[in-house]
Amino acid sequence: MRRSLQSLFQASAPLVGLALILCLCAVYGHFYKPEASFFSAHRLALIAKQTAIVGTGALGMTAVVAAGGIDLSVGALLALTSVTLAQALAAGWSAPMALLATFAVGTLAGALNGALVTRLKLAPFIVTLGTMLFFRGLAETLADERKIAAEAPPWLAGLLDPPLAGSLQLFPAGVWLILILGFLLSLVLRRTVFGRQVFAIGSSEPTARLCGVAVLRRKVEVYALCGAFLSLAGVLEFDNLNGQGSPTSGIGAELGIIAAVVIGGGSLSGGRGSVLGSLAGALMITTLAAGCAYAEISEPVQKIVTGAIIVAAVALDRTRTGRGT
Amino acid sequence: MRPPLFRLAGITKSFGATRALAGVSFEVAAGEVRALVGENGAGKSTLLSILAGAHRADAGSMELAGAPFAPNSPRDARRRGVAMIHQELAIAPDLSLAENIALGSEASRWGVLNRDAIRGRARESLARLSDEVLDVDRPAREFSLSVQQQVEIARALSSDARVLVLDEPTSSLGPADAERLFRALRALAGRGLAVVVVTHFLEELPRFADSFTVLRDGAVVAEGPISEASPERLVRAMSGRSLEMFFPRVPHTAGEELLAVEEPCGSSATDAPGISLSVRRGEILGLAGLVGAGRSEFLRRVFGLDPPGAGRVRVGGRELTRRHPRESIARGLGLLSEDRKTEGLAQGLSLEDNLTLSALEPYARWGWLSLRRRREAAGAWLARLACKPADPRARVAELSGGNQQKVAFARLLHQGAQVLLLDEPTRGVDVATKAEIYQAIGEEAARGKAVVMASSHFPELLHVCDRIAVFQRGRLRAVAPASQWSESSLLAAASGVAP
Repeated sequence: MRRSLQSLFQASAPLVGLALILCLCAVYGHFYKPEASFFSAHRLALIAKQTAIVGTGALGMTAVVAAGGIDLSVGALLALTSVTLAQALAAGWSAPMALLATFAVGTLAGALNGALVTRLKLAPFIVTLGTMLFFRGLAETLADERKIAAEAPPWLAGLLDPPLAGSLQLFPAGVWLILILGFLLSLVLRRTVFGRQVFAIGSSEPTARLCGVAVLRRKVEVYALCGAFLSLAGVLEFDNLNGQGSPTSGIGAELGIIAAVVIGGGSLSGGRGSVLGSLAGALMITTLAAGCAYAEISEPVQKIVTGAIIVAAVALDRTRTGRGT
Repeated sequence: MRPPLFRLAGITKSFGATRALAGVSFEVAAGEVRALVGENGAGKSTLLSILAGAHRADAGSMELAGAPFAPNSPRDARRRGVAMIHQELAIAPDLSLAENIALGSEASRWGVLNRDAIRGRARESLARLSDEVLDVDRPAREFSLSVQQQVEIARALSSDARVLVLDEPTSSLGPADAERLFRALRALAGRGLAVVVVTHFLEELPRFADSFTVLRDGAVVAEGPISEASPERLVRAMSGRSLEMFFPRVPHTAGEELLAVEEPCGSSATDAPGISLSVRRGEILGLAGLVGAGRSEFLRRVFGLDPPGAGRVRVGGRELTRRHPRESIARGLGLLSEDRKTEGLAQGLSLEDNLTLSALEPYARWGWLSLRRRREAAGAWLARLACKPADPRARVAELSGGNQQKVAFARLLHQGAQVLLLDEPTRGVDVATKAEIYQAIGEEAARGKAVVMASSHFPELLHVCDRIAVFQRGRLRAVAPASQWSESSLLAAASGVAP
């Protein structure tokens, strides 16, 4: 009982931070902007959209970080998959085929990261720093360095559209999709052979080897899984840009995604990571950005504040749990 | 008799209830090389860490050149003229030899390195050790272990050390490099340094030492000039004791052969001649040897953790083909790692995760685990081995060393291992738990398992094992029933003294 409470508290740390940000925004609005509440439908929809994309990336990253790795190429992957989707649709492929191609590209790109990390025995930081440029270049080539507009059926294009007024759906379909996938991933990590082996590898690779875990294969699978999640993020980004695939999407997104995972309790030395925490971390980061915009804090100051809050959140979490990152 | 340069008097040190040193006194004169020998656990490491300032003695005093010497840190000890060369060298592989020698005492002016002075000092210090001329601008990684060791000694010299303490300096050197080190030590003594060398290799003593001191159970039991140090006398002094430890004995009888290992000549990195060993059901085979004798490496090759080379392993008559831990586990082998902290257990994970990691299949259907059944099973194993706490959700890092070892041992039983390969199963474990582990090993043998147990602690091998094989420098020296071995004959064989 004590332990399950503990883990709940751990995952809820970013939620506390989130509540704090929301309170600040509400107070600010009450005194300085009584005419426009922070909690407008428009702003909440914007936050939902942004969180959906960062959160999907954070889901994949959670698995990688739990296995003791890191993937810097996720921002570039986001661009590559969204451009793939746009080009496939623009070339007249049916939506299911285009989706299949998008997921194939993302998953293979992730598997490539995994293969390079395991076969060349290189640090994942270095490998994915390289593939970050590689994938970005690939996306730019594929898109001929411009935005690709494409028609998509409403079920695909409208994943991030706000639900019809008065419906019980509450969130856009994409957000539900991510919540469901997050729930599934959390189950997979906690209660499958695969998941426990991933945590074992991240916690202590020599121990995993000693216990006969197929360490190299698991790592490739984890990076491929991350690539698959980034494919979904690419699809959402395509919707976010109203049916466009842009090769400049997601520049710097890897940092926000890693920050979300770390704020959510993930440890960059491996063996720790929580799906709920990562999603909450993603929500906190996007809310923070929206809050700054609402309070008309200039962009440079916004960056300073965000950076400080990321470090403070993680430092607070570490002193509380008494462990290093 | 020259006056002593460095003197220890009545050094006493306890860790909790265990007394590691009980009034150790000895002295070293300028120009003298003193060998310090003793079994594992005799108190040598504790004594060294007190000399080097890493620990403080509970009682007793030290004197350096007539003045009291009570360093409060290794840095302080070095500053006052006592330098320690550890078994694990402290070398920055990417820095040049000269930079390594200057490390920590760089010649500089306003923070800018004086490169010429650094080079000059490095050449000068190295020249005092050997006639060989080395390129001090090349990075340390390009040089052999032997040269790196000289660099570390040179570093001590360049900081004006008067007493040099070396811990097992020859354990990873070949014969030619060892000879070179001995010449360097003699040269240093000739220049008036006092040198203390801790070593396991008794046959080497006359080649470099003037005098010897034998430690046993934290006290000096013999000392004298090296002419009186016959190997027989040293071995008797080091091991001659009645052990009061409690070794529970579970009756077990040997059955058919279960594990057979054949390694041809030169199969391992040490170019060893063939190793051929077999173990039967219900039999406990001990692997004796000193640190670095190749016992762990042998077990790891058998299990498939290290590249197996040309060796062949048969379990129950069938040969292992893939030589990977997964195959070994599937075929009934289990390895208990000697390095519990970084390899044996994943410290950050729960007991149940650690215990079941090598065999999750029983709880899985289509890859999905039944966490409830797994928790029940883990709880049952922890209770059977009387692990404290027995909560499967506790994290390994929260447990004491002895209880951690129980978890690691339970994992082998849980995965259904029929052949238990145990590497230092009682290292870093308290006395009470040691007895429990001996009991558990005996019980498993009585259940018909084959046990191979490597240990540096001879008494436990003699009491627990049915047969003992002795390794020395990567080679299998001898195998005989435990009843035919004694502590002194084991030590003699392990040190390469015996025929």
